[in-house]
Amino acid sequence: MNYRTDFSRVAGLGSAKDGVRHWWFQRLTSVALIPLTFIFVFAMGSSLGGGHQSVTATFANPFIAVSTLLFLIAGFHHLQQGLQVVIEDYVHSKRLATGCFVLNILLCWTFAVIGIFAVVRLSLGIIG
Amino acid sequence: MVDLALPKNSRIKVGKTWPKPDNAGDLREFRIYRWDPDNGDNPRIDTYFIDAEDTGPMVLDALIKIKNEIDPTLTFRRSCREGICGSCAMNIDGGNGLACIKGIDEVKRAVRIFPLPHLPVVKDLVPDLTHFYAQHAAIMPWLESRTNAPKSEWRQSIDDRRKLDGLYECVMCASCSASCPSYWWNGDRYLGPAALLHAYRWLIDSRDEATGSRLDDLEDPFKLYRCHTILNCSQTCPKGLNPALAIAEIKKMMIERKM
Repeated sequence: MNYRTDFSRVAGLGSAKDGVRHWWFQRLTSVALIPLTFIFVFAMGSSLGGGHQSVTATFANPFIAVSTLLFLIAGFHHLQQGLQVVIEDYVHSKRLATGCFVLNILLCWTFAVIGIFAVVRLSLGIIG
Repeated sequence: MVDLALPKNSRIKVGKTWPKPDNAGDLREFRIYRWDPDNGDNPRIDTYFIDAEDTGPMVLDALIKIKNEIDPTLTFRRSCREGICGSCAMNIDGGNGLACIKGIDEVKRAVRIFPLPHLPVVKDLVPDLTHFYAQHAAIMPWLESRTNAPKSEWRQSIDDRRKLDGLYECVMCASCSASCPSYWWNGDRYLGPAALLHAYRWLIDSRDEATGSRLDDLEDPFKLYRCHTILNCSQTCPKGLNPALAIAEIKKMMIERKM
């Protein structure tokens, strides 16, 4: 039992004046990922089975390298935003939710940067 | 985490089966959720039988017949019996709606009746709508203006008035909000489809002068953006309204003022 008024309970901490950017970028990355995923799957698929050389040759193509970078950036941004919504929806313990948010951001950034680093190295021919 | 199972004291047990009427022409079975806060028992499902030939056509007619003739302890809200007051919203045959405009013949099997889901129950089919009403009040469901009030009425063009169609008809029965999973999990912070439909009704009112501050108040990951376009709200609305569309229009207004 607590004696807060109904209106104070509804008002809570007020409006965060946020959420539009998140919503907009989620839609934007969704649309961007349609062609980017196709290009990525096609590029990877065509170099499959050809060994190391065929993969380096594929990513030496600047169009494929840049598309893959965009795919990684849009993909991990979209993943991070999507997981954030899932956590907000279902994790109701404040401490656990905060932990999940931090982990989500750090992991998505880490994996995205690993991917970007790999593509840059491949496409610039830093590894032979 | 989200609670998917009911707590122990909320698990539903088998209740009493009441005797069938004699010489019934069209025997219909009603399984109704019962819970009495005063006796400490778990909720139960009681089974009633009525003769549909001897009853009005709607589910509410059956409920009133049961209360009058079989079990006077059955508790439910009702008033206008024609879909205008919104009192008799409940979960009938798995969907939320108004008992007064839901035909008994629309349900082919035994008619299962529960209170609106995921709201605190006061007794039997009566949910506690305190928080739901406070959310409605929070969106300021009235005309806000700084211009001096005109001598007669605020004028509005026919086209502007038309924008309110499909919105003003909402009777706040709570069927939509109680059908929304986002409202189930986060109803404390998410305003829910009913309150947001009303928010939109005032956002597009040509006479209202508080559009900006109304949008400011809604711009929040929880108050507005918990809506994931699940569309249960529009599916279930007994008045045939489309709260999901209203929410989508609010989201469009949010984008519009940023660009």
